[in-house]
Amino acid sequence: MKTAFLGAVALVALLAAAPATPKPGATVHIRDDAFTPATITVRAGDSVTFVNDDDDAHTVTADDSSWDSEGLNQGEKWTHAFAKAGTIKYHCTVHPFMHGSVIVKAVT
Amino acid sequence: MRRGDFVGHVAWTGAGILYVLGAEGLVRAAASAAPGAFSFVQISDSHIGYTGPANADVRGTLAQTVKDINAMPVQPTFVIHTGDVTHLSKATEFDDARSILSTLRAPLITIPGEHDVIGTEGPKRYAAAFGRRDAQGRGWSSWDQGGIHFVALINVGEGETMGILGDEQLAWLEKDLAARKSDTPIVVFGHVPLFAVAPEWGWTTGDGTKAIAMLRRFSAATVLNGHIHQIVEHTDGAIRFATARATAFPQAAPGTPGASPGPLKPAPGTLLDVLGYRTVEVGAQAAWQDHSLAQA
Repeated sequence: MKTAFLGAVALVALLAAAPATPKPGATVHIRDDAFTPATITVRAGDSVTFVNDDDDAHTVTADDSSWDSEGLNQGEKWTHAFAKAGTIKYHCTVHPFMHGSVIVKAVT
Repeated sequence: MRRGDFVGHVAWTGAGILYVLGAEGLVRAAASAAPGAFSFVQISDSHIGYTGPANADVRGTLAQTVKDINAMPVQPTFVIHTGDVTHLSKATEFDDARSILSTLRAPLITIPGEHDVIGTEGPKRYAAAFGRRDAQGRGWSSWDQGGIHFVALINVGEGETMGILGDEQLAWLEKDLAARKSDTPIVVFGHVPLFAVAPEWGWTTGDGTKAIAMLRRFSAATVLNGHIHQIVEHTDGAIRFATARATAFPQAAPGTPGASPGPLKPAPGTLLDVLGYRTVEVGAQAAWQDHSLAQA
């Protein structure tokens, strides 16, 4: 009984610590020196996970420098939440020909 | 030997003959560069931290490179690393690189590649590990040694991307070169090639033509770069360009159909053939020779 009670307390604590609005995340793969898809549309508050599938280092860096994954090795991933509506352009600092966009729609 | 021969185009044939293309455009054969000449070594693109299939032991191949250079009977005046010392600008990668490169017998000079200045911490870690005290701006510098004027340019990290020198550095370069006589041999280092090797792969310096224009009045200018992990030579008037092999892994030849500018896994047993370093001798003329790690 005591164990079950403690378990319930832990569960409540865990839920309280979790993000307020967990959303199913979109994923952008980095493959063959390209962001795939190059343009992705999400809702404000959503997260996007970037996964480096390449045998090379990449970064996911906002063109306005407001956020930066820093270096991602093969197999590494990085998640960023997009709070505000708008179109955010990004690139890879070690491969400047790699560009992508996240279109963030306002939640109505 | 005329001073203009400094920029002599030299290719080591493997048969022990050094062909020299003098300023007059004639090909001559010479047994070797002038004995007792000023010499230095260029190494590049070590990518410490890379763990992929193109080279399972990048620390080992850099250590092999250092061992080969340390075994040279006459030590070079300096060894210059032309960037991408690390793969991801991580602290442990800089520590590993410093640990290996600190065993060089000759003094070490480095310039950063784009892999050394990733994120906000990369440039700080690079500066802490390898920064030059006499550097200007984002790390560019020049010095005179052996009658030669050396210039180390930085063409990464400007505007959060690579392949740009930037107006501040170009203004500094113009002032720096203005003080040199036109017959002064000039040797320029930079990570990304100053000339357009493959712009679609980021293998060019966008404002490199401005720097090249400043070099045109010199009778002998040599530009040595890394970044593309292979030897590509180019001539533009009296200016000679050469990119260097990596110590980490090869990359595809520029323009290879279907290829991309990432690590290229070599055929089994051939890795050391495509990695290496460059010796440069400067006397009355300059000559460079590229050595593969398999030759040691």
